[in-house]
Amino acid sequence: MIWDVDVRRVFEQAGRRFELQARFAGDARRLVLLGPSGAGKSQTLKIIAGLARADAGHVRLQGRDLQDSARGLNLPARERRLGYVFQDYALFPHLTVRQNVAFGLAGGWRNPPRQLAHPELTRWLQTLGLSELAEHYPEQISGGQRQRVALARALVGAPQALLLDEPFAALDSPLRRRLRQELLGLLQGLDLPMLLITHDEEDAEALAEQVLRMDQGRLL
Amino acid sequence: MQEAWVPLLLTLKVAGWATALNLLLGVGVGFALARLRFPGRELLDALLTLPMVMPPTVLGYYLLVLIGRKGPLGAWLQAEFGITLIFTWQGAVIAATIVAFPLVFKSARAAFEGVDPQLEQAARVLGLSELAVFFRVTLPLAWRGILAGLLLAFARATGEFGATLMVAGSIPGKTQTLSVAVYEAVQAGQDATANVLVLVTSITCIVVLLSAGRLAPGRVAGGGLAR
Repeated sequence: MIWDVDVRRVFEQAGRRFELQARFAGDARRLVLLGPSGAGKSQTLKIIAGLARADAGHVRLQGRDLQDSARGLNLPARERRLGYVFQDYALFPHLTVRQNVAFGLAGGWRNPPRQLAHPELTRWLQTLGLSELAEHYPEQISGGQRQRVALARALVGAPQALLLDEPFAALDSPLRRRLRQELLGLLQGLDLPMLLITHDEEDAEALAEQVLRMDQGRLL
Repeated sequence: MQEAWVPLLLTLKVAGWATALNLLLGVGVGFALARLRFPGRELLDALLTLPMVMPPTVLGYYLLVLIGRKGPLGAWLQAEFGITLIFTWQGAVIAATIVAFPLVFKSARAAFEGVDPQLEQAARVLGLSELAVFFRVTLPLAWRGILAGLLLAFARATGEFGATLMVAGSIPGKTQTLSVAVYEAVQAGQDATANVLVLVTSITCIVVLLSAGRLAPGRVAGGGLAR
C-alpha cells in the first residue's frame, strides 16, 4: 500500500477548538486532497512531512513507518526522505538556482558551492528547463520558474514521495494550466507517488488519480 | 601624534575584544529570545536591555561591587586564579562588553525574527540537522542585521567612558582609552592634546557608523532580511 495515514490533532487557540482527523489509505499514485482553506489540508501535509506534530496516529508510506504514536516512533522531517513543495516555494533567497536545487545534495554545515557539478543536479536542471537560469537568484526569476526550482529541489534527492502544498495558487491561470500538464508529464515519467493539496477543483481534475475531499478537519 | 597613538591602539584593542565577546553572547542570546518560548521572555529582554539605558557610572558601580577585590566574583577570581580585573585593560573589556551588549542582542533578535521559519522547514525536509539549518539558512539570512549591530557595538565600546573609568581607572598606556584620555587632557588644560584625541575619536566613530549604515537591512538589495 502506498498511503496509510491516520492522524489526529486538536488545536485550541483563543477559546476556539479545531479538531483535525485525517485518515486515508490506498494505492493511488496521484492523490489530491481537495477542500476550502481552513479545512486542515496544510496541517495534514505538514504532519505527514514531520513539520507539524500530531497528537496521535500513524503515517506509513509504501510500507515504511514514518511515525506511529502507539510505538513512540516519530522520525524527524530530515529522515523522512520526502520531497516537499511549499505554497510560495520557500526558495533560499541567499542562494542561486543551482545552489537551491543542490541544497539537499550537500551534507554538513556549508552550502553547496556556486559551481557545484553533480550528475543529478545537471539532470534535474535540464529536465525542468533551468540550465540557463542556474546562476540567477530566486528574486530574479518568474513565478513559474520558481515553481520549477522548488520541484527540482524536492526531486533531486530521490525522495520516496512528493508532497505539494497549493503549488499553483501563486500563478495566473494560463500558466497554471501549462504547469499542471508539465507536472503530470513529469510524474508519469517517474515512479513517484504524489500527494497534492489544493482548494482548486481544476487541479484535482487535471492531476488526480483519486480525490479526497476535506472540510472542517475531516475527510468526507 | 604620539599622545593619541597609545590610547587609540588600547581603545581599538578593548573595543575589538568587547565586540568579539558580544558576537558570541549577543548572537546566542538574540537567537534564544527570538526562537524559544518561555515565561518571562520579555522581562528578560527588558533586563538585558538595562545597560543601554542605565547611566554608565551606575553600571560601573555594579561591576565594582561584583568584580572588585572585595566583591564575590572578584575575591573568588583572586583567591582561585590570582586574577585581578580591576584597573586592568581586561576590566575595561568587561565594562565595554556589558555596555554594548544590548545593541548586539537586540539587533540579532530582530534579525533572527525576520527569517521566514518556512525556509528553515524547507531545509529540514531536505535532510539538514538543526545545526546545519542554523549555519546554512538562519545565520546567513540574519547576518547583515547582526553585523550592523556589531558595528554599533564597536562604536559604543570605542566611546565608552563612565563604566570604564570606574572599573579600569585611567592609567596611561594601560587602561587609559581615548575617551578617558580626552577627559584627562581637558582637566589638565592640555588643549592641543585634547584636540588631537577628539579628532581621532570622531573619525573612528564616523567610519564605524558609515559601515553600519551601509549594512543596515533594507538598504541592501538582495539582502535576506528585507524578505
